[in-house]
Amino acid sequence: MSADRIAVAKTYKIYIGGKFLRSESGRYFTLKDKKNNVIANICRSSRKDFRNSVVAARGAQLSWAGASAYLHGQILYRIAEILEGRREQFVAELVLQGIALRTAEKEVNQSIDRLIYYAGWSDKYQQVFSAVNPVSSSHFNFSVLEPTGVVAIISPDDSNLLGLVSNIAAAIVGGNACIVLASETKPLCAVSFAEVLHASDVPDGVVNILTGFRSELTEFFASHMDVNAIIYCDGGKAAAKTIQVLAADNIKRVIARNRVDWSGDAASPYLIRDTQEVKTTWHPIGT
Amino acid sequence: MTVTAAKKSRRLPDLSRALVVDEVGVNERVARFQSRSIKKSSKVEALKLILSMIDLTTLEGQDTPGKVQQLCQKAIHLHNSMPGLPHVAAICVYPTMVGVAKEALVGHDINIASVATAFPSGMSALKVKLDDTRMAVKAGATEIDMVISRGNFLGGDYRYVFDEIVAVKEACGDAHLKVILETGELGTLDRVRKASMLAMSAGADFIKTSTGKIQPAATMQVTLTMLQAIRDHYRDTGRMVGMKPAGGISTSKLAIHYLVMLHETLGNAWMTPMWFRFGASSLANDVLMQLLKQSTGLYQSPDDFSKD
Repeated sequence: MSADRIAVAKTYKIYIGGKFLRSESGRYFTLKDKKNNVIANICRSSRKDFRNSVVAARGAQLSWAGASAYLHGQILYRIAEILEGRREQFVAELVLQGIALRTAEKEVNQSIDRLIYYAGWSDKYQQVFSAVNPVSSSHFNFSVLEPTGVVAIISPDDSNLLGLVSNIAAAIVGGNACIVLASETKPLCAVSFAEVLHASDVPDGVVNILTGFRSELTEFFASHMDVNAIIYCDGGKAAAKTIQVLAADNIKRVIARNRVDWSGDAASPYLIRDTQEVKTTWHPIGT
Repeated sequence: MTVTAAKKSRRLPDLSRALVVDEVGVNERVARFQSRSIKKSSKVEALKLILSMIDLTTLEGQDTPGKVQQLCQKAIHLHNSMPGLPHVAAICVYPTMVGVAKEALVGHDINIASVATAFPSGMSALKVKLDDTRMAVKAGATEIDMVISRGNFLGGDYRYVFDEIVAVKEACGDAHLKVILETGELGTLDRVRKASMLAMSAGADFIKTSTGKIQPAATMQVTLTMLQAIRDHYRDTGRMVGMKPAGGISTSKLAIHYLVMLHETLGNAWMTPMWFRFGASSLANDVLMQLLKQSTGLYQSPDDFSKD
């Protein structure tokens, strides 16, 4: 780059209801590299940002759940397409946050492939997990999956792209809407991934991404009465207890994902099933 | 004042000399109201005041007696798990549903408001409108929400609109008269101001923004213009007139902004359900959710509150 030009740095914003916003609190924290150089200022989201995200997610969830499995798959595939086109940016951001180039390239590739993987499951998980149940009365009895609803996700701190993508893809492919807290120490890719989502026909509000402090926000993720499930990755014992106690108030589904091998284990239809509810129907049959 | 004396004092003002509304100024003032911070105990008081000012409304062609009874139950039992809540000011229904509401609200201090005068368009003969009004009053409505003839108003036939309001006011008898300007069809704040002056001088007890059937419904800009007209009318005549914004106010936060605006424009005397109402259907539940949030510290789910 020539010396007479000043590079234009990106403002890293949070993503709520399809809009890129700063935290309503006006707070931010400074992200630094290993040599203590400033990389960027990152929004320090507040409980009100979270509250607004829940409203956005709730507003989007029903119609997203009502979209066809085919469309869910198409949109996940579309996210992968757009991410593929922006791979250099993501690799660069991972490197900027201290990850080796080869590892970074691998993580971006796996993230793209992970989206394709879940896109493929969109019209298949239902058949795998649904059942016709034998009952000893004259009923046709069957169980099908329905999305849990609004899912709050505290994504892993370490696997800041692949872990994030796996959590989001598995939740939304099943018709949920989600609010995701990005990695605290490596938040750049999450914000850029929001831009990818925004360009991928994902309806506004289906995915909302916040940056900020896990210790500050966990409590609100777990206690909000209009959140139906919480997924938390690598929470310590104390955090796990807090989440489970608070989540009990509205019987939230609580899903712990600790020490997951994101490159392997996180490609699984069981991750989709985690945020699904089984609905069983008894249909009378006459003779 | 006797009825005839009151009627004599009603004179159509010269609307060509009405003040011109400064739209930029109104916008700035409104933005200022929205920057006020009402927290903690003041917020709780504000929320309770809002509840007590709500005209819980259902105005759908699909309304059934069952739906109205359900709405009345909601008015009486806002949220039983929270003791000490005020009840809403009134329920607002179509004339044919007034009887049902009256029966459902027996023994409760909740007013019954009915829309009348060929609501929501108002496109009918005066005789029909008066019959409509008398029918609602006879069935037990204590408040009548009428619509003005916007076509005549926009065509400059102020005399017609004025006489119509005077006639409906007379048909109301003891019932309070709220005059709906349907500001979404008036176009400019200047016309909102003129219509407000006209309605107040014709004897309106309340002026109301909208039917809720036309977009935009109530906005803060329009409401501020009407509040200022009420203030000026009070200065000129000494008569207090109430205000009812209706339609589109569905969050507590916005409703609190309206209260701030009311307080800073008309002052404490108007801060009661007697002089200020919110016409709304979904606002009540949002206020209840906020009140519960204040007492428990937890954000609430709409699923935990009865719909009507």
